[in-house]
Amino acid sequence: MLSVENLTVSVGPFDLVSDVSFSIGRGEILGLVGESGSGKSMTSLAVMGLLPRPGPSIRSGRVLLDGADVTPLEPWQRVEHGHVPMAMIFQEPMTSLNPVRRIGDQIIEAVQVREKLSVAQARVRARELLEQVRIPDAALQLSAFPHQLSGGMRQRVMIAVALACRPQVLIADEPTTALDVTVQFQILGLLRRLCDELHMAMLFITHDMGVIAQLADRLAVMYAGRVVETASVGAVFDAPSHPYSRALMDCMPMHSMGKRRLATIGGQAPRPGTLPKGCAFAPRCSNLRDTCHHIPPPRLLVAPGHEALCAYPLVTEGVT
Amino acid sequence: MTRARSILSPFMARPISMVALCLLAFVVFGAVFAPLLAPYEPTAIDPINRLTPPGLAHLFGTDQFGRDTLSRVIQSARMALIVGIGVVVMALGAGVPIGVFSALFPRFGLVMMRLIDVLMAFPALLLALGLIVILGPSVFNSIIAVAAGFLTTTTRIVYGLTLRLKAETYVEAARSMGAGTLWLVSRHILPNLVSPLLVQASFVFAFAQLSAASLDFLGLGAPPDIPSWGNMLAEAKTFITRAPWLLFFPGTMIVLTAFALNLMGDALRDRLDPRFRDMMGGE
Amino acid sequence: MLSFIVKRVLSMLLSLVVASVIIFAFIHLIDGDPVYIMLGDTATPEQADALRRSLGLDQPIFVQYVLWAERVLHGDLGTSLFFQAPVTTAIRDGAETSFLLASLTMVWIVLMGVPIGMIAAMKHGSWLDQGLSGVAMMLASVPTFWVGLNMILIFAVWLQWFPSSGYPSIFEDGGLANLRYLLLPSLTLAAPNAALILRLTRASMLDVAREDYVRTARAKGLKPWPVVTRHIFRNALLTVVSAFGFTFAALLSEAVVTETVFALPGIGRLVVQSIQNRDYPVIQGIILVVVVIYLVINLIVDISYRLLDPRVELQ
Repeated sequence: MLSVENLTVSVGPFDLVSDVSFSIGRGEILGLVGESGSGKSMTSLAVMGLLPRPGPSIRSGRVLLDGADVTPLEPWQRVEHGHVPMAMIFQEPMTSLNPVRRIGDQIIEAVQVREKLSVAQARVRARELLEQVRIPDAALQLSAFPHQLSGGMRQRVMIAVALACRPQVLIADEPTTALDVTVQFQILGLLRRLCDELHMAMLFITHDMGVIAQLADRLAVMYAGRVVETASVGAVFDAPSHPYSRALMDCMPMHSMGKRRLATIGGQAPRPGTLPKGCAFAPRCSNLRDTCHHIPPPRLLVAPGHEALCAYPLVTEGVT
Repeated sequence: MTRARSILSPFMARPISMVALCLLAFVVFGAVFAPLLAPYEPTAIDPINRLTPPGLAHLFGTDQFGRDTLSRVIQSARMALIVGIGVVVMALGAGVPIGVFSALFPRFGLVMMRLIDVLMAFPALLLALGLIVILGPSVFNSIIAVAAGFLTTTTRIVYGLTLRLKAETYVEAARSMGAGTLWLVSRHILPNLVSPLLVQASFVFAFAQLSAASLDFLGLGAPPDIPSWGNMLAEAKTFITRAPWLLFFPGTMIVLTAFALNLMGDALRDRLDPRFRDMMGGE
Repeated sequence: MLSFIVKRVLSMLLSLVVASVIIFAFIHLIDGDPVYIMLGDTATPEQADALRRSLGLDQPIFVQYVLWAERVLHGDLGTSLFFQAPVTTAIRDGAETSFLLASLTMVWIVLMGVPIGMIAAMKHGSWLDQGLSGVAMMLASVPTFWVGLNMILIFAVWLQWFPSSGYPSIFEDGGLANLRYLLLPSLTLAAPNAALILRLTRASMLDVAREDYVRTARAKGLKPWPVVTRHIFRNALLTVVSAFGFTFAALLSEAVVTETVFALPGIGRLVVQSIQNRDYPVIQGIILVVVVIYLVINLIVDISYRLLDPRVELQ
């Protein structure tokens, strides 16, 4: 459904996202994980067509939506061309909704983009959407303003807005990071359910490994603007091939249980424009070899459906 | 050297700000060295050559008394500078203490801000006029009158900024460690106020030029024997059809000076962006 | 909503009372015996005493204030020394001119400032935007009286398109056509303020355009123009509208100079004349009236702001 091929996003001479490729099928959830600044959000904005102008732009690569090339198109252009609907939800539900307009109006606005409905008809659909995201008293809440709702409710509204265009691809950029843990759980459950019911392809972006473990089918791990590992969730968690993924696994509190100190990854991620020659992760890699500093790592197929951007991928005992 | 660099950097980024800076330097230079630069005595009367258009002998022409316009324009730069500096000193000199203490002592602050609100109900020029009536027309009084108009906004800005600074966690931490108020003020608050105040000072200086010129024009500011651009325009009013150059040169100087100061304020503010933009209510 | 209005009105009344105290003190702050100030130097001691008693000036200051306030509330603002007529009459005579001038000016300001500011914001970074911003800043740096004088020179004297001074009432011969006497003055007064509104609109729109909800609007697939009108402009308008109150105050001030330059028989020119004539009751009366107008306008602006922005709580 969604296929990203060799996407490079740059601003000026710096590459923020380099040669990123992944694909997601219908009903599948791909998790895009990495630390802050790894380029995950930039990737999602580029895929969506929302790169701010003036600012970073797609230098090369393609974004294919159900086979159609939508790379240079902004969302409104995609609607005009009649492309498959794709929607996005963002991290901060408070600021992502217009504070001076009622949420009903904002959902109706989204509905009317793709469907020729009267206001009354759109209103009915808006109520249905609110019910779909499990908001109580849907009819009443249509007239509410964003600041009258709690964070979790606002995020549900955002999801409703996203669902208004009947998307076949949904991008979620850290939708639960700003919410309480209990609310997080509910929203994740909602997203999983919607994905199954509506048979959507979902790209879920997060830096929280715990969250992604519950939700995703496959993972793409990003570091310094590149995808360093792509595999099923189980494979990444149990048998990571890339040293960075391995380090991320080790950092998770439950993996450190029993040891006295929480593991960390020494050093800092390089900023755009300051990438070292050879492998970007080399300065912090535990599996370092001499050549890693000089030769850019190749993309190796470690196992069926499992790739790693590393010259010396890790091998875990007892796993195919 | 790097300090000078960092001060000049916002100007070097935009060519037009450099122009503004040069313009200001030019005006200041003219003001300071006025007696040396003026080709004639600004008050020297020459009835034979009254109302001559700009020419070789008198680059900016002469007025109804035969006085050389160029010399008077240069001399007036002094008044512009004096008034500008005076207004800035007074507006900031009163606004900063009031604003800071209002923020630090909430009960005092509440009353004070209410008073400031009331003062803001008096339109600036009317307030200035009222003060001139009470105090009598003179250069010094016009400085006070104009400064009063800027006092309200300056106090408000300082009050807002200080409140935010007070709420910063590091200030709370310092307070919890027993830091005295005076120490807090001098160490944490005042240094952080310098940059936004610099921006505010530029704009105050700019608009003070316009207000003071208006007062002079109405005959309520500098007395006629002291040349100022506003005064010159007041005298030019009667002769604008016969001698439009009397209108052009002093007026253009006011515009250029105010414009240059506005540009400077803008450039300075861009440098502080975005930290203080919201606090100052951006523009 | 109602409680908000009530609280704001009470707040305004409080400000009014404090302001009235200041205005009352005005005459007493002027050097010299208030009675002689009011009667002029030629008054005899008997006249002075009579006036003193009738105005209650032999009473303690607090009582004087109350008496004065009482008179004001009954519409008596004192007597003009120069015109030997009630102050209210003098003000009323000038009201039509000043009111029409201010209204016409506001129209120009909104018509010129807001759309051009919007265009500049939409074409952010282009030559057009930089040019407009530069011109706007230049206009904001110009003294109104100078613009006025230039306008007279160019449009009234050289081109002879418009009259240069005076203003016959629209209720007299000529009717609405007499408004052309106000054209140059209103444009003069509008220029620097329109420039400020232009810059404010532009800055406000650019700020809003960076907000997350604008990104959401784009993500929905809305075309660029609806994004601007329904989200950017509407939210940016809040800031601009709240500046209108302040703009109006500036108008009331600067009208003083403009009316003098164009010899318009309005309240502004009355103020200047009264200062020259030492007609203190008139000055005091005008300041009082202007302050009341300003406070009321601000109240209206505050309430409309609340109507536009549902988030605003009481201060």
